Amino acid sequence: MTAPIPTSQTILVVGGGISGLTVALEAAECGKQVILVEKLPTLGGRTALLYRYFPKLCHPVCGLEINLRRLKGNRNVRVLTMAEVVSITGTRGDYTATLRISPRHVTAQCTACGDCAKAVSAEIPNPYNYGLNQMKAAYLPHAMAYPQRYVVDPSIVGTPDGEKARAACKVGAIDLDMKEEIIELKVGAVAWATGWQPYDAAKIQPYGYDRFANVVTSVEFERMCDPHGPTGGKILRPFDGEPATNIAFIQCAGSRDENHLRHCSRICCMASLKQTQYVREAYGEGGKSTIYYIDIRAIDRFEDFYRKVLQDPTVRFVKSKVARIAQDDKTGGLILHGVDTEGYHRYEAPHDLVVLAVGMEPSVKGADIPAEVIADSSGFLEGSSGGGIFGAGCASGALDVNRSVQQATATALRAIQVVNKAAAAEVAR
Amino acid sequence: MSDPNVSAVEQYRNNFLREVEENVDEGQWVKMCMQCGVCAGSCPLGEHWEHSPQKLFMMIRAGKREAVLSTNSMWMCTSCYNCVVRCPRQLPITQIMHGLAAYAHRLGLAPKMQPTRDFSIQFWENCTRTGRVNELRLTIGLYFRDGLVAGFKKGWSMRNVAFGLLKAKRLNPFELFKGHECKDRKGIQAMLKKANEIDARKKRPTT
Ligand SMILES: Cc1cc2nc3c(=O)[nH]c(=O)nc-3n(C[C@H](O)[C@H](O)[C@H](O)COP(=O)(O)OP(=O)(O)OC[C@H]3O[C@@H](n4cnc5c(N)ncnc54)[C@H](O)[C@@H]3O)c2cc1C
Ligand code: SF4
Ligand code: SF4
Repeated sequence: MTAPIPTSQTILVVGGGISGLTVALEAAECGKQVILVEKLPTLGGRTALLYRYFPKLCHPVCGLEINLRRLKGNRNVRVLTMAEVVSITGTRGDYTATLRISPRHVTAQCTACGDCAKAVSAEIPNPYNYGLNQMKAAYLPHAMAYPQRYVVDPSIVGTPDGEKARAACKVGAIDLDMKEEIIELKVGAVAWATGWQPYDAAKIQPYGYDRFANVVTSVEFERMCDPHGPTGGKILRPFDGEPATNIAFIQCAGSRDENHLRHCSRICCMASLKQTQYVREAYGEGGKSTIYYIDIRAIDRFEDFYRKVLQDPTVRFVKSKVARIAQDDKTGGLILHGVDTEGYHRYEAPHDLVVLAVGMEPSVKGADIPAEVIADSSGFLEGSSGGGIFGAGCASGALDVNRSVQQATATALRAIQVVNKAAAAEVAR
Repeated sequence: MSDPNVSAVEQYRNNFLREVEENVDEGQWVKMCMQCGVCAGSCPLGEHWEHSPQKLFMMIRAGKREAVLSTNSMWMCTSCYNCVVRCPRQLPITQIMHGLAAYAHRLGLAPKMQPTRDFSIQFWENCTRTGRVNELRLTIGLYFRDGLVAGFKKGWSMRNVAFGLLKAKRLNPFELFKGHECKDRKGIQAMLKKANEIDARKKRPTT
């Protein structure tokens, strides 16, 4: 593939999740040159880490696969992984972006055979399972990774393990001398699609995420239910590894809270409703899900999904924000304390496992973006005052995949207008 | 017009929320409550309250004037601030509880013998009389609040403590008669009178 020469008519897309992919592909399919920059070694973002998608409960593989196929078939997109934007200067139609590319230590020669991973013994926490298990220090991020190319973790470079990896590679793809690179690009418009991160649950002191083993977050629960996840798809109590059948979901864990995130994260009600169906899938009538909520926000057409879950006898709804959680130190069991708003009854409810439906916060907040941008009070991006930098997908607000893709498509259109104007100006000159 | 309760009812007929907003400290926050229940579940004394803060806020909005102003619930607040630090809407719940109690007291609707209220009144009268708290008289007042027999019983049960305090010179029996005063008793009382006037002007339901 010949790399397109970056010019002011190029669109820079930062973040390779579903939103960044969408902006890149929509613009590229209109004939525009695009550079897609992803911090991690793989595209796909957070959606690749979900077990199933609401509302249809399909696997995330299909959606991603279609987009990756579009990507492979398009010569207008250049993908840079393990790359971050250090600075952006200039104005609409004429920006200079500086990128830092970290060494992957594996070249394009890699056939993804996995021999290097077999050869090394060092292990590191697996970020794709939110650190719930370990992985080898030479790794492929996950089965859906794109590019399908291994990574050698910098921690084993210069150690006997690093040498073992190099020796094991039959095609000589491992380059332990690879260095960090800084490159500069001229671009006309920037789409900022860096997505979201789960709110730090340990900050919600009364729920004891940092103290009680059986309190987990919704993103961890997604991984737990996935057969490729740390428990092989089994819903287990981290305290003792026993099956968890009586599960509580606590809504608005960090969201709609002036002490934490002031916005409604919009997707967590649907995420918990979806996760009750994982419990049903695992245990049939034998599992029990209880959703503690302020109000259920299944927006728009998602209401149908909510109605369906309401009919499910294994799911109970309690209108109450849990006040605090206590742990039985012997059994690891949890007691939820609170008052039910429908009747003001006080409860002390025992559960095996508590899933905190944590809020979404922008993974790069407005203030941390190396350019002048306008952000809302939660840090979600509204755009630049000059009009050449746009927020796309979850970077612009808490959105589900469907709405992220819609928003990203609109962003592609805006970016195209900017580079078209820049092109017209160049011709006039 | 002399009974503040009667005039308040007339003025705010069917709009207890507005009455609270205009007359209760921090009352303007009541409408911000989203009924999540965190305050109710966080109160260490919660199970002893007839109505939790969450419920009181809903009752105010539902116009349950008599029930709110005559309950002893808000008098149970110990100012631990657990609810305030946890409320997702950052309502100053503790302050509202005290504001409600004070308003009910001003209107003469607060439960007469509620211990917190009774103590507050006795304490206030005790310390404003001389400008200093007379602990002996205050203690005796509290022992005998439920009658003569109960007072003597309570006193008898505490006799060892009393003798200990006597021996340590921490209790002076002569305080019972006159008691010591602050240097400028008249000055303090004049100041309090003025403060009361200002407060009454601020809080009196406007007609
Ligand atoms: C528990 C849970 C369950 C969910 N379930 C569903 C569901 O079933 N259905 C549904 O529709 N939605 C669901 N969602 C929402 C869904 O995850 C988001 O809508 C989706 O991830 C948004 O995609 P995105 O591309 O905008 O962001 P992301 O997926 O976060 O992608 C952002 C990308 O940008 C990269 N990046 C970050 N910072 C930088 C940087 N500085 N430089 C370069 N790259 C960077 C990241 O590595 C990532 O690859 C769920 C969310 C949660 C919390
Ligand atoms: S979507 Fe539901 S759980 Fe999430 S913040 Fe909004 S109301 Fe709370
Ligand atoms: S914690 Fe705050 S918002 Fe929640 S019920 Fe109490 S006062 Fe209302």
